[in-house]
Amino acid sequence: MKRHLLSASDLTLEDAVLILDTAEELAKLVDGPVKKLPTLRGRTVVNLFYEDSTRTRISFEAAAKRLSADVINFTAKGSSVSKGESLKDTALTLQAMGADAVIVRHSASGAAHQLAASGWIAGSVINAGDGTHEHPSQALLDAYTMRRHLRDGKGDLAGVRVTIVGDVLHSRVARSNVLLLATLGADVTLVAPPTLIPYGVEQWPCQISYDLDKVLPRTDALMMLRVQGERMNNAFFPSTREYSRGYGLDDKRVAALSSKAIVMHPGPMNRGLEISAGAADGLRSVIVEQVANGVSVRMAILYLLLGGASIEEVSS
Amino acid sequence: MSGYLLRGVSLLGEAQVDVLIDGGIISEVSKKPLAPTGVHTIDCDGLVALPGLVDLHTHLREPGREDSETVESGSAAAALGGFVAVHAMANTNPVADTAGVVEQVYRLGREAGWCDVRPVGAVTVGLHGTQLAELAAMAHSAARVRIFSDDGKCVADPILMRRALEYVKAFDGVIAQHAQEPRLTEDAQMNEGFVSSQLGLRGWPAVAEESIISRDVLLAEHVGSRLHVCHLSTAGSVEIVRWAKSRGVMVTAEVTPHHLLLTDELARSYDPRYKVNPPLRRDEDVMALRQGLADGTIDAVATDHAPHPVEDKECEWSSAAFGMIGLQSALSVVQTAMIETGLMTWSEVSDRMSTRPARIGSLRDHGRPIAVGEPAHVVLLDPRGKSPFTLENNASLSTNSPFIGMELYGRVEATFLRGRATVLDGKLAG
Repeated sequence: MKRHLLSASDLTLEDAVLILDTAEELAKLVDGPVKKLPTLRGRTVVNLFYEDSTRTRISFEAAAKRLSADVINFTAKGSSVSKGESLKDTALTLQAMGADAVIVRHSASGAAHQLAASGWIAGSVINAGDGTHEHPSQALLDAYTMRRHLRDGKGDLAGVRVTIVGDVLHSRVARSNVLLLATLGADVTLVAPPTLIPYGVEQWPCQISYDLDKVLPRTDALMMLRVQGERMNNAFFPSTREYSRGYGLDDKRVAALSSKAIVMHPGPMNRGLEISAGAADGLRSVIVEQVANGVSVRMAILYLLLGGASIEEVSS
Repeated sequence: MSGYLLRGVSLLGEAQVDVLIDGGIISEVSKKPLAPTGVHTIDCDGLVALPGLVDLHTHLREPGREDSETVESGSAAAALGGFVAVHAMANTNPVADTAGVVEQVYRLGREAGWCDVRPVGAVTVGLHGTQLAELAAMAHSAARVRIFSDDGKCVADPILMRRALEYVKAFDGVIAQHAQEPRLTEDAQMNEGFVSSQLGLRGWPAVAEESIISRDVLLAEHVGSRLHVCHLSTAGSVEIVRWAKSRGVMVTAEVTPHHLLLTDELARSYDPRYKVNPPLRRDEDVMALRQGLADGTIDAVATDHAPHPVEDKECEWSSAAFGMIGLQSALSVVQTAMIETGLMTWSEVSDRMSTRPARIGSLRDHGRPIAVGEPAHVVLLDPRGKSPFTLENNASLSTNSPFIGMELYGRVEATFLRGRATVLDGKLAG
């Protein structure tokens, strides 16, 4: 496995399955009497968040703490970043503090790549979302969730039919998912109005459809993406109501899904826009479980990138 | 000793001759060895002589951003690149939209003395695209401006573009358009295509360039004016210019060295050195641009030398400035992309980098052949071998070159401006 996790494309099939398998094992351990493992004791993990994201930050923080790492939270608000400090200066400061891993969330696509390539930071860089580029740990937790429900928590996702619906153009979740799911052998279909499908998508390893109702019956995992209502101001769609009619998941569409299909959402949800309350809270929904799985998967990422003590050692 | 004897130089890459430069002009060209006295003799075995190069598109940043470049440093870089004349773009601070500013830049160029600095005048006041600048005042100033451009910004308003095209006919001026439809490129970061779709960077679509060029060639035809298109970057743009020329429209076009060699794949590094406007395009575009330059559809290679301080490039891609320096790599890039590929001869390179750009800029003293009685503007280059491009000899105040470490052919040995050596042995000759 590479030293950094910047893109889902950094992962081979073996890497991806190893992360998912490790997450399963770690989940079993922390579900038992030992809530906290000593494996990263003495290591420092920095959450470098230039963009608000309570849920991702807390998830990484919980993961690091359950592995006994020291966690430093560095958020843009109330820090020198808002005074115009450059990415470089912040990185050099963190390096001086001796960070073993930097988890970075940034509004600029490529910020994590630049940190990793710059030589400003010696530790591992984990991309926790960069602009409209990627969010690989989200894709891993999504794959983990699908594997638990559809493949008994084992192996790859060969043949699993995944449908991703919504604002693909602006979605880092969609980009990472398409890449990782292709690596894991799933069949991915993106569904959105043509205005929200990126130019150049023909070369992505997935199918494209503009018709959600056609794709629903052939779906094992349905992933709804957040859609910002403001998009209608740039003519991506005429109105939120028209969007909901065409691409929102309502109770009727849930009923069109096959009996084993699951409903997913990376959060935060716009209830009533891309997903109805009934669909979000219904029996098919695994949305809350995704959040819990996020911690296990991020523990596995930190564990494997930082090369902590072996699981056997820890559990004995 | 004032003159120079270029002994055994390959004129335009062809026959070996002796060339005598004296009194600011080419005084003799001979197939037989010359033996003049009282001149410096340069052994030119293996070297190629071309007419001194003319750049239609240079950002010298003075006045306003002297931390990134000055007229002095930029024109020295130009001399090292084999240029004897450069056109200094108008997007300085203050903008070169009055006779006062263009005369200042012109004077700074003369004082530096590394090459002729010809200011480009802004088309609109402050580059705001709303009101015509005093074009005639700039044309009739000491700087004798003939090229007008809002480069960096597009003259997007069609009526303003029409008026500008018409107005400059009175003094044989030309409007050099930065073709970029502004609404289609809001916050655009790189070429719109497969790579941008993967990188999550806002796309700069080819149609934003091609739609403006299409409109402008039709406007130029309608009013019978001269149009020059800056930095063509797409295959479609080449097609449109080819079509317009076939209809007899008075349009000329330029391409940058970087668009002849680099593609948007480089953006995958997120290294802002590869961020430029117009953006690096696809391989198909590079091939079409080379073809267009070779067949003469594209008239000129122009550097779009765009210096930026380190902090404007050592940051997130989306925050970084657009642009690359290119004066000192231009000839090597053209040799690598056009000569070594067999697409062009040195004679054609001389046409696209000297003759035609001089004609477009109405520089009567430049772009002349190396022949007896002509002004002695000459570049000597050693085309043999390739080596990694470095900034060892960089005269620019900025370092934002995309070519660092790339294997490029050839190197400039000497540059003569009116018979005076500005560069000898690849170094500035003070």
